Parts: sequence; C-alpha cells; structure tokens
Amino acid sequence: MALIDLANPTRFLNLANRCLPWLAGLTAVLFAAGLYQTWFVAPDDYQQGATVKIMYIHVPSAWLGMFGWTLMSIAALGTLVWRHPLADVAAKTAAPIGAAFAFLCLVTGSLWGRPMWGTYWVWDARLTSVLVLFLMYLGMMTLWRTVEDPSRAGRAAAVLTLVGAINLPIIKFSVDWWNTLHQPASVFRVGGPAIDRSILLPLIVMVLAFTLLFVTLHLAAMRNEIMRRRVRTLRLQQAGAGAGG
Amino acid sequence: MALGSHAAFIVAAYLITAIVVLGLTVWVIVDRRAQARALADLDARGVRRRSEPARARTA
Repeated sequence: MALIDLANPTRFLNLANRCLPWLAGLTAVLFAAGLYQTWFVAPDDYQQGATVKIMYIHVPSAWLGMFGWTLMSIAALGTLVWRHPLADVAAKTAAPIGAAFAFLCLVTGSLWGRPMWGTYWVWDARLTSVLVLFLMYLGMMTLWRTVEDPSRAGRAAAVLTLVGAINLPIIKFSVDWWNTLHQPASVFRVGGPAIDRSILLPLIVMVLAFTLLFVTLHLAAMRNEIMRRRVRTLRLQQAGAGAGG
Repeated sequence: MALGSHAAFIVAAYLITAIVVLGLTVWVIVDRRAQARALADLDARGVRRRSEPARARTA
C-alpha cells in the first residue's frame, strides 16, 4: 500500500483496525519490560537516590509533549500545502494527547524538583517554555471546539500550530541559552549521553513504551475522529433531505 | 526496593501518570463506542453515505 492510499479515510480505517491490536500488545509488553527494569533492576542514582525513578516517566513525558506538537506541525503542513484529507484529523487528535504528556512533564518535574531543588516550581526558561507549550495545546483544543466546520477549524489551527512551533527549539535549547535551574541535556547531546548505561537502558525502554503508547492512542483517536466526521456528514445529509423533501 | 525519604514524591509521580494514561485510554474507548453507536443508529434509520455501494444501501 502506497502512502497516498492512506489519504482515503476508508483505507486508513481498515489499516488502523488491523494495526491497533498489535500496537496495543507491543505497548503493553514494552511497559512491562520497562517498569520491571525501572523498579527492580536499575540502580539508584549516587546523588539523587531513588528519586531518579521519576526520570523514567518525566523524560518520556517531556519528549512526547514536544513530539505531539512536532506531529501537529507536520500535519499543519499537510493541511496547508498538500491539502491531505487526514492531515487536520491527525492534528486535531494529537492535541489532547500531547497536552496530557506536557501536563505529566510539568507535574512529574515538580514532584522531582521539590526533593532535589527544594522547590516545586521556578520561573526559569525551561519550565516556563514547557508551561507555554501546555497552554498552547489547551488553546488549540479550544479552537477546534469553537469552530464548527472541521475544514475551517483545520486551516486556522494549522496556521497557529506552525506559529507555535517556534516554542520547540526554545524548549530544547533553553538550558543552553539561559541560566536555568533545570539541568542541561544529558541524553541527546554532543559527546553522547552523560548517563550510566545501567540507568540509560531502562530509560530507552520506557521512552519506546511511551512513544508506542502515544502512537496507539493517536491512531485510535484518529479512527474515532473519522467516524465522528462521518456521523456529522450523515446528519447534515439527513437534515438536508428533510428540508428538501 | 527501598524508596527512601522521598517515597511519597516517587509514588505520587507514578500514580498521577497512571491516572492520566488510564484516562486517555478510557477516553479513546468511550469515544469509539459513542461514534459506532451513532453510525449504527443512522444506518438503522436508512441514512447512509452516498458513496456506499448500491448493494449496501438496499441491504
């Protein structure tokens, strides 16, 4: 099946129906492996002790909070440039999932910060830019709910999504550009990861598990959105027939 | 597996994550059922897409 074939919602639904059980199963297996390693294999950090366990959920949440907006930005290009019929479906359904992970990033970061930094929150560049990302997600979800026509909402949301994408490099490089309480990058950095292998491996498994969870939820939410649009079209068709006849 | 003096922070972080992930999963499942019900209801009333094959329409 060529990629262009997925522009057909019916073909996409068939593919989603076939893939979702496998994706859900693989996600469960990866979570089982990741949580086992996190809780029973990975050692405590020599400075942070057991609080390092929060990292295994905080880092994937942070990554997926940004991944969600990246996905929405690519979908926004799909809406504005290629007019792909599923692009705004992908963008709309990624927003609540991305928002949930941005929220988790903020909450788990606060719960990690209190014992390590002595405070739940500081208005430094990294924390503030992630909070802005979370608020942008909420704004985007509100926009989708406010405009009734999905294609009009899709175009407006696409423009705003691309404008909001400027926040992604700000989040990523905030720890390098400004003096922040948040530590600099320790996984994706020049010179390789600064984390010991015994902690890095469980982290990678958890990142993969969370990413697969995101993909699974997103695919399922896209399937729901396509069905919702069919329901809307049929109701309009029915109302039109009633008014005409 | 000793969590030390900061156990409450670790457990709270995992608990909140579990609740949010469960919430997302339930949202997707409940929404799927609602849309499937709405489509089935429209189908039962004979409202079908124009692009559907004639055989399906008359079935």
